[in-house]
Amino acid sequence: MKSLADLHALRDKLKADIKLRKETGTKIIVGMGTCGIAAGAREVMKAILDELNKRRLLEVQVQQTGCIGMCEKEVLVDVVRPGEARITYGKVKPEDVPKIIAEHVVNGRIVEELVVGKIDE
Amino acid sequence: MQHIRAHVLVCGGTGCKANGSKEIQIAFAKELQSFGLQDEVMVVETGCHGFCEHGPLVIVYPEGTFYCGVKNEDVKDIVEEHLYKGRIVQRLLYHEPLTQDRVPNYSEIGFYKKQHRLVLANCGAINPEAIEEYIAVGGYEALAKAVTEMTPEQVVEEVKKSGLRGRGGGGFPTGMKWQFAKASVSDKKYVICNADEGDPGAFMDRSVLEGDPHRVLEGMAVCGYAIGADEGYIYVRAEYPLAIKRLRIAIQQAEEMGLLGENIFGSGFSFKLHIKEGAGAFVCGEETALMASIEGKRGMPRPRPPFPAVSGLWGKPTNINNVETFANVAQIIVHGADWYCQFGTEKSKGTKVFALTGKINNTGLAEVPMGITMREIIYDIGGGITNGKKFKAVQIGGPSGGCLPESMLDLPVDYDSLIAAGAMMGSGGLVVMDEDTCMVDVAKFFLNFTQSESCGKCTPCREGTKRMLEILNRITEGQGREGDIKLLENLAKNIKETALCGLGQTAPNPVLSTLKYFRHEYEAHIKEKRCPAAVCEKMARYTITDACRGCGLCARNCPAKAISGAVKKQHVIDQTKCIKCGACMSACPFKAIIKS
Repeated sequence: MKSLADLHALRDKLKADIKLRKETGTKIIVGMGTCGIAAGAREVMKAILDELNKRRLLEVQVQQTGCIGMCEKEVLVDVVRPGEARITYGKVKPEDVPKIIAEHVVNGRIVEELVVGKIDE
Repeated sequence: MQHIRAHVLVCGGTGCKANGSKEIQIAFAKELQSFGLQDEVMVVETGCHGFCEHGPLVIVYPEGTFYCGVKNEDVKDIVEEHLYKGRIVQRLLYHEPLTQDRVPNYSEIGFYKKQHRLVLANCGAINPEAIEEYIAVGGYEALAKAVTEMTPEQVVEEVKKSGLRGRGGGGFPTGMKWQFAKASVSDKKYVICNADEGDPGAFMDRSVLEGDPHRVLEGMAVCGYAIGADEGYIYVRAEYPLAIKRLRIAIQQAEEMGLLGENIFGSGFSFKLHIKEGAGAFVCGEETALMASIEGKRGMPRPRPPFPAVSGLWGKPTNINNVETFANVAQIIVHGADWYCQFGTEKSKGTKVFALTGKINNTGLAEVPMGITMREIIYDIGGGITNGKKFKAVQIGGPSGGCLPESMLDLPVDYDSLIAAGAMMGSGGLVVMDEDTCMVDVAKFFLNFTQSESCGKCTPCREGTKRMLEILNRITEGQGREGDIKLLENLAKNIKETALCGLGQTAPNPVLSTLKYFRHEYEAHIKEKRCPAAVCEKMARYTITDACRGCGLCARNCPAKAISGAVKKQHVIDQTKCIKCGACMSACPFKAIIKS
């Protein structure tokens, strides 16, 4: 390491690894109640992680939540972009994941045909 | 690489390790594997969070959920419920003692709310054994900025302007110290970090070294650049094996990255660091004794001047600061002195880390801005006195400090008001005492400590503290004489004025401050032969009340045959035979024996 710029470059590279503990960017929340798991929430979760990894979207947080009562519509996946409404997608299958991430998470366009609800926060 | 969606931070401080946090880490690895989560959840060992009372601590991000008192068998629940299903494990959350509310988040716990963590910012948040995490949170920026953009004069000026004062005890302005060392002309200079933390109940330096070692190395390197030194020593006691291990790792990593060693950041500045393990003598926290110890001599102080800034280690100009002082340096360089000055009071800038121990609910480390009141530290952060007892006194500053009574609780905590009150900041140990504490006994405890740690070089300390201890011993044994208080005060005054080093000069402080605020307790011991807190065994008086059913158990358990009485009649204790062992009291099934 030879200069302040070198240090900054290294810092920015390493920052992503611990971003999880510091900032809150876009959040993807997967319903992991018994209903969700039975409907295949784990597979959806894996698909989300794979897709985020493929696209190097390291700043996106993936969280889980319990049953919110719409068991019929599981697997439920919520996407919350900073400062925007929380959008809930229902009956999500692993194959829907790339579309949700490409359209909504990256480009901010809601995937209307999968939406089951919207909560303003 | 997989997308890591959750971090599990397991505290690896000494306190939590002693409570089994290593096993918990292993259990996490195993459980994550069995749920198939090993690639998406990362387990990180961190330094101390300061909330040692509730360890072992586990924090799960991104939610920031704070689990305390985690045991091996709880790990499966955290993995299955929280990490797999996303349900917080309620029973492991922190319970606010006053409201019984469960608090899921780190930042909302009362213990942390009033704290201002600057020095401890990274402790518990990063892995201390990974330099990458330190760099990711902005580490080594101060060193880079100092050596590439600032002159040594500017660095010294910035530290002076920040108002930073030595965190090890005396509170000498750090910038001034650096300036003196810088002004000395020599072919060789040294920087020393004093990590010989020895006050009973103080463990903030250990926690900083264990939780954020790079911060200390960086502070030392900046100091080296400022004063023109190319070599440094960290003098750390051998009783801190984890701190030593992490320091060694940190130095090695910094050297590999070129952050220590030759020609740092291409500036021509070189800096090398060594670790010197001390054998744990209290006197080696005194700077001249510490340097003698590094040189391989017996750890004894010498008269000053010459001060270390002129003639220190191996006769060369040396700057010596405490761990916490060095840990403050980086942020002053990065954010500037003006930023730093917003914390604290007019004459005491910044924050101070206190180690809370004794009869307090939240034992642990608390970092607060200077000028906060003692009451806020003890009640708002510390959670008050254990078992609902009454507060009696707080001992601050270790064996060199003093005891402050309840009337001083609203005193703002800074260097000068503490000195004025007869105590001192010291390294920041706070031992809280409740109504069941005998203040004469406390003074005896601390004097006993300094007496046994006295190096014996100067007479006032070697003989004086011994005589004072003898007097205290006889007072607590009920043999106190008229005039003992006067004699204590006289000896204390003489020792303070004539002892060679800081250890001796401050040794009488615990006696003087308890005499100042709790004189009536000394008088009760001497005149009435009574210990008001019923602590001093030799003065205890066991009596049998009318709750006695005459079962005779006490008489049978008495080793001195001091109890007599007829069956089914109230028994009596012959005070002349009683040896105050308390065996009768523990044997009595009716709680009919009281100690006064």
